[in-house]
Amino acid sequence: MADFLQFAFSGLTVGAVYALVALGFTLIYNASDVINFAQGEFVMIGGLSTVFLAAAGIPLPLAALLAVVIATAVGLALYRFAIEPARGASAVSLIMITIGASIFLRGAAQVIFDKRYHSLPPLFGDTPIRFGGAAILPQSLVVLAGALVIVVLLWTFIERTLFGKAVLATAANKLAARLVGIDTRRTVGFSFAVSAAIGAIAGILITPITLTSYNIGTLLALKGFAAAMLGGIGSAPGAVIGGLLLGLLEAFAAGYLSSQYKDAVAFIVILVVLFARPQGLLGRATVERV
Amino acid sequence: MSVRRIDERRPAVKETSLLGRRFGSWSAVAVRFAAYRLTPVLAIAVVIAVVPMFFPSTYYYRVAALVYVFALAALGLNLLMGFAGQVSLGHAGFMGIGAFAVAIGPTHFGLPTWLSLIAGAALSAVVAFLVGRPILRLRGHYLAVATLGFGLLLAIVFTNEAAWTGGPDGMSVRRLVLIGWAVRGSETWYWFSGATFLAGAALALNLIDSPAGRAMRAIHDSETAARVLGIDVARTKLRVFVLSAIYASVAGSYLALFNGHITPDVAGFLRSIELVAMVVLGGMGSIAGSLVGAAVLVVLPQALTFLHEYEHLVLGLILMGVMIFLRNGIVPSIAAAFKGRPS
Repeated sequence: MADFLQFAFSGLTVGAVYALVALGFTLIYNASDVINFAQGEFVMIGGLSTVFLAAAGIPLPLAALLAVVIATAVGLALYRFAIEPARGASAVSLIMITIGASIFLRGAAQVIFDKRYHSLPPLFGDTPIRFGGAAILPQSLVVLAGALVIVVLLWTFIERTLFGKAVLATAANKLAARLVGIDTRRTVGFSFAVSAAIGAIAGILITPITLTSYNIGTLLALKGFAAAMLGGIGSAPGAVIGGLLLGLLEAFAAGYLSSQYKDAVAFIVILVVLFARPQGLLGRATVERV
Repeated sequence: MSVRRIDERRPAVKETSLLGRRFGSWSAVAVRFAAYRLTPVLAIAVVIAVVPMFFPSTYYYRVAALVYVFALAALGLNLLMGFAGQVSLGHAGFMGIGAFAVAIGPTHFGLPTWLSLIAGAALSAVVAFLVGRPILRLRGHYLAVATLGFGLLLAIVFTNEAAWTGGPDGMSVRRLVLIGWAVRGSETWYWFSGATFLAGAALALNLIDSPAGRAMRAIHDSETAARVLGIDVARTKLRVFVLSAIYASVAGSYLALFNGHITPDVAGFLRSIELVAMVVLGGMGSIAGSLVGAAVLVVLPQALTFLHEYEHLVLGLILMGVMIFLRNGIVPSIAAAFKGRPS
């Protein structure tokens, strides 16, 4: 039982990060039909920028805030200089562009920062909390709380503000949105900025637990993508549930089956979901018009 | 519709029609036909034969041999992507099967290397056949993700089964010996891989103009229309998927034999992306494009080593730039420019 709780908590913690990455994917995918493989790079930028800004003597909260601003700027630049000029390109070309962006950002991080692993001090120390025989890091709770706050804020913003509705309208039908006077370039740019910020926050929250380095982005992007797929691509609640579920599956597989094949879980999940229920858990089946 | 397109693509070559007049009408048809079918193969053969004249050192043979090896894998993937219109982001997995087949076969089972190469290709074909049926039902992003997941799974297996594969450090590969002749040295491998690529290109060209190839291209245009025409869509896709897996597997075997050492990186995500980039960069549906794409992506990192740590940064920039500004790929863009049509 203690083992079970332990695995469940570590699974939920990592799952919360997958959920945030998947949420970023979903935002961008809904707004622009782009599968953004550079999503994991935002997580890396958030974590590493905070580490290096803090090391330069800036107080930690300010460093974290600046890191989010940096990631947001990178997200906007990605849209403005890579996605926007390639309007009308095929799905494969767009995927290749975001992969190029991810290689570029990784290369830049390697030059600007370094190739070592870095950590941040946890927010509430590192004395584990005992719970039912399991030891829980306070930072795990911070990650979960942070993810919850982001999801609630995002949901409120999308559902309760006019600009949020414009984002929804753009996702539903870009041409129709433009016809009713929505500046779709702004809403798409906004979704790139927000998903970059979400990724950066996830990166800052998780760094005290899993450490960060210039090359963590690729695997995170792939797993976030798997999570989005699991939940049903294009569905925001699906992304969150998919992320948590994937984290749990991974933790239990590592605990009870084989820790070596932990990373394989995400991809087995992708394949099983695609074969059994291609629209994901919460997605809707689509019919192709000829 | 696809039948008409073939006629449009057939170039009216002046020399052959002159030749034809001299030899009478029947041979004229034959010569023109042969000229059309073989033009790309001849062009590639000339490139393979002529390029070494400009090589100042064996290092160049080495890089060029790598170009042909990757061009072979890209060519197989191009049949799948450019002609049948199905994307695969996990093709390096098949390269991995081929590479580890020639490494594991002689070391663990005492098989001759050439037999291991064939066994690896057969294994890739079987794996592609088994995985292809459910995977190829998917489309667009879903297909991309499924193939990506499949390729990553293979890479994880290669990394974890250290008893067989040597784990992350990889394992050494015995030299290829054919009838008592050891295939070694960059120059020998240059001709060996060049000839294999040429054979692969000839086979691909033959396939494209065959009924099976037309069925494949019809699926690219519209699956529904192809089905209405009586084409077995699932079977056609599966066949080209298996064929492209064999191309990748042979390329992987060559890579392992040429390098004499192999690590699971050969099957990694970045390798798969590199292969797709070669196809898209050179031009989807262009045989010569596979060679050009492979040449650019193999030579570029070699040429960029002077940038040291800036290498990835520049590579990413170039990849993005090409995808944005040369969307149709290098060869089709150049061809369109020559025809005076905007690309």
